[in-house]
Amino acid sequence: MIYVRKLVKRFGLKAVLKGLDFQVEEGEFVALLGPNGAGKTTFLRILATLSRPSMGAIQVAGYQLPVQAAAVRRRLGVVSHLPLLYGDLTAEENLQFFARMYDLADSNRRISEVLGMVGLENRRRDLVRTFSRGMQQRLAIGRAVLHDPDVMLFDEPHTGLDQDACTMLDNVLREVAARGRTVVMTSHDLARVGALASRFDVLSRGVIAASIRRDQIEPDQILAFYRQTLEA
Amino acid sequence: MKPESVVSRTQETSESGPLAGARAFVRATFAVVWKDLAAEMRSRELISAMLVFALLVLFIFNFALELDPKTRSTVTAGVLWVTFTFAGTLGLNRSMAMEKDRGCLDGLLLTPVDRSAIYFGKMIGNLIFMFLVEAIVFPAYTVLYSANLFNLGLVFVVFLGSIGYIAMGTLLSAMAVQTRTRDILLPILLFPLTIPILIAAVKASAGFLAADPLPEILSWINLMVVYDVVFIAAAFMVFDYVVEE
Repeated sequence: MIYVRKLVKRFGLKAVLKGLDFQVEEGEFVALLGPNGAGKTTFLRILATLSRPSMGAIQVAGYQLPVQAAAVRRRLGVVSHLPLLYGDLTAEENLQFFARMYDLADSNRRISEVLGMVGLENRRRDLVRTFSRGMQQRLAIGRAVLHDPDVMLFDEPHTGLDQDACTMLDNVLREVAARGRTVVMTSHDLARVGALASRFDVLSRGVIAASIRRDQIEPDQILAFYRQTLEA
Repeated sequence: MKPESVVSRTQETSESGPLAGARAFVRATFAVVWKDLAAEMRSRELISAMLVFALLVLFIFNFALELDPKTRSTVTAGVLWVTFTFAGTLGLNRSMAMEKDRGCLDGLLLTPVDRSAIYFGKMIGNLIFMFLVEAIVFPAYTVLYSANLFNLGLVFVVFLGSIGYIAMGTLLSAMAVQTRTRDILLPILLFPLTIPILIAAVKASAGFLAADPLPEILSWINLMVVYDVVFIAAAFMVFDYVVEE
């Protein structure tokens, strides 16, 4: 579903990604781990078509980037630590706006379904700026799944959430994965991603330094695997 | 939360062909306009800031110049356009900053629409706010300066000049908003690039206010039309590159 070969991204003279190779099969849930500044967000922004690669080949859902970016965007849902929502619109108006942008048929029914899925049906007419951080993040997930994408990218979605909100978010993430979507998620919370992901990749010094499947490692060994990779 | 498995696969409209593409473009453009107007109706942040600023500029000029009525009529066009450009710059900065602050610009760019539709949506929204401010500045100026501005030719010049100014300003504000110095950068980039249309707008406005013959004003109006067409076309072509890292 996602194929990346020899990806390079430079900001001026500084190369953040240095010939990165990455591959995700359909239905996989990949946790992308790495220290601050490793290039995780830069990598996800390139996959999300928000940033152009300096070099390398990228294919998402069968489409080449950056040439077929619009086709990729139609099959992509993105959740970041920012909600990407308008505070002065209600939850329903936000989703109506994005439904128009995605040109969805029968958008009212779909909006009701999504609001029900993220548990915000009874707050649909409230302004988003009155929502707690956790509620905003749940609505952000609703926005990202509104057009039923095949691939979902999550960039540290737990940032700034309390324990209850994190648990609710995990439930939504499990539902997203159970639906067979391909998921790539960056996170610093190893315990949390250990319970969610089917594969763990460590991004270090601009490349994928190590990769391991969930059935090859015990959950309590993920931290040791991560540290060993960074120290190697 | 309810399991998502109850959710059926979403249907996207399956139109194809150039006409369908144009329809999707127009739909996306007006979705952005609707979003900007709906958000502004709630917050009134942008329009109130532009309006207060415009009225303050008018007041300051009124007291600073202390001109006799005859001389006042000769500076009317200049005072009007300084007021419009200052208030317009404030609105342009705020409009794009609101997109950037909560990551909304990324949300917009993630949608599968032609990115120039986003540009046109933002431009039309900014233009509506500019026209609203101008509609209030006209009577305020009439009261403060005892000058009658209700001249169809002048209204037409303000219409053309505002389009050019906002077309260029929307493009540059999308560029400036990505930098740390966005508040300073926008006027530094915008004022030099809009000098041609501002000169033409001031000259044409002064011509209509002085009741000059139309052929004398026509060359300035032509310049404004050319500026509007060229810079809207340029923005259409480069907006995608401006907003992408």
